[in-house]
Amino acid sequence: MHTSTPAYTMDESLSAPARRSTPRFWQLLSRHRASMLGLVVLAAWAALAAAAPLVTPYDPVHQKLGDALQNPSMAHPLGTDYLGRDILARIFYGARYSLAIGFLAVAFGALVGVPLGAISGYFGGWADLAIQRFIDILLSFPGFLLALSLVATLGVGLENVIISVGISSMPSFVRLVRASTLSIKQLTYIEAARAIGARSPVIIFRHVLPNALAPVIVQATLSLGSAILVAAGLGFLGLGVQPPTPEWGSMLGEGRNYIFSNPNMATFPGIAIFTAVLAFNLLGDGLRDALDPRLRMR
Amino acid sequence: MVFLMLRMLPGDPARVIAGVLASEADVEMIRRQLGLDQPILTQYATFLGRLIHLDLGQSARTSQPVLNEVMARLPYTFELALVAITIAVVTGVIAGVVAATHHNSRLDYLVSAISLFGVSMPVYWLGLMLIVVFSITLKWFPAAGADQPISFVLPGFTLAGFVVGLITRMTRSSMLEVLRQDYVQTARAKGLSERVVVYVHALRNALLPVITVVGLQFGTLLGGAVLTETVFGWPGMGQLLVDSIFARDYPMVQGITLTFSTLFILVNLVVDLLYAYVDPRIHYG
Repeated sequence: MHTSTPAYTMDESLSAPARRSTPRFWQLLSRHRASMLGLVVLAAWAALAAAAPLVTPYDPVHQKLGDALQNPSMAHPLGTDYLGRDILARIFYGARYSLAIGFLAVAFGALVGVPLGAISGYFGGWADLAIQRFIDILLSFPGFLLALSLVATLGVGLENVIISVGISSMPSFVRLVRASTLSIKQLTYIEAARAIGARSPVIIFRHVLPNALAPVIVQATLSLGSAILVAAGLGFLGLGVQPPTPEWGSMLGEGRNYIFSNPNMATFPGIAIFTAVLAFNLLGDGLRDALDPRLRMR
Repeated sequence: MVFLMLRMLPGDPARVIAGVLASEADVEMIRRQLGLDQPILTQYATFLGRLIHLDLGQSARTSQPVLNEVMARLPYTFELALVAITIAVVTGVIAGVVAATHHNSRLDYLVSAISLFGVSMPVYWLGLMLIVVFSITLKWFPAAGADQPISFVLPGFTLAGFVVGLITRMTRSSMLEVLRQDYVQTARAKGLSERVVVYVHALRNALLPVITVVGLQFGTLLGGAVLTETVFGWPGMGQLLVDSIFARDYPMVQGITLTFSTLFILVNLVVDLLYAYVDPRIHYG
């Protein structure tokens, strides 16, 4: 965001304020203890996901029916599931899928939603009208139901889950960027850019969007939490990533069938989802305070 | 909106029905039968008329009218949502008021932490854990079924978990705002007890944004109902929706989705009207 390089760097105090704001942002964020906790938890999940083969000797999809439905032991710290697979191994490998789905879905939602919002806010008129009515249609399917009906239309599977969850995270980006664009385009530096003859795409991407990004980053972090929740919800219903892929939501769904005899299968994937989503929410709250004090929850 | 989208699709439905070889007169006749020769507004009225008569088509799986099935399941979902929203509003508003009146105390932090937990929790997981604790271990409540009042306890609390965190956070911030206002000082100055000040003077004014959140969260609640009903084997619309998706029963999926979004829009309309009741400064018309 703050990548502008000043023309002169001889004197620190003379360099542009933008240069100082990056360390200042870290200062603000690191003082926010809860969001640091969130960051640590997320880093831990990312590390476990990346290093899954190193931290567990088990294959997450290899079945060993003789070992099915074991209670936690030294060999299997969280026990085994109904096909004799190590639950801990499946949770570590599952982090790859659940986190990746969250990231890709929100990336999709933001990459489509942010330009749509900017176009809607900058140009106004019929483009604004068309985009806003489209968003209205999306919003008339409340929350989880939008992702659910999209998956019902597109079909199950990894890509379709990412697209569905991505589309359902899109409206908030469109609304957010449209609102910021509406206020930014009134500012004098946009007028100046227009006066020197900059074309609209240049103005939008060089001048409007960089200044509208702070709330988008906050929204993206919070959306990541809910995207993981929604994707896991689809997996839980059996409409998400299909077995035997170790995804937290579908593990929870499988665990539901054994809830009476072997609750471990449902308990631990749930804790994994909960900690990851909580971490994103904590981080999002901290980012909101650090990036833009005006957005602080009163 | 859906109607307009369908109308803007290219192609003439009458010509499609009549076939390639049909004469211009035949096509014209079919067009008249379908009402397509009418002005667009008249057509829209007809479409709405069918919708008012709740003509949603037939289920592909059971050949029953979609409406009958939806109507059979709707009361279960509605009752569950009502129980859940009551639990959520009562708990959320009380917790929010307590947090706001003890601002920055340990109690405030505790309430904030719990509500953040609530927002981050996969609620279908909460439901499963409630089953483990209260049905399997303690045997207090049934894990499934909807035949007796006690059956509502676990699904009700599970579904309430979806929204109680947000209601708490909203009530807290809204109360903090209101408690700073001059009229609260005035109420205190004229010697009213703190309880009256908080619950009569402040809370009433703090409720407006809370009502908005409750209205919007009703949508979340409907989505949550799909998951909660699956967890508890609740015979509501959510369960029917999931079953129909698996059975590729598209008319049914369409009918249920339409019902869900209609409910959502209706509730938000009611919320708008409630504003005028809660806040006499707002007038309509």
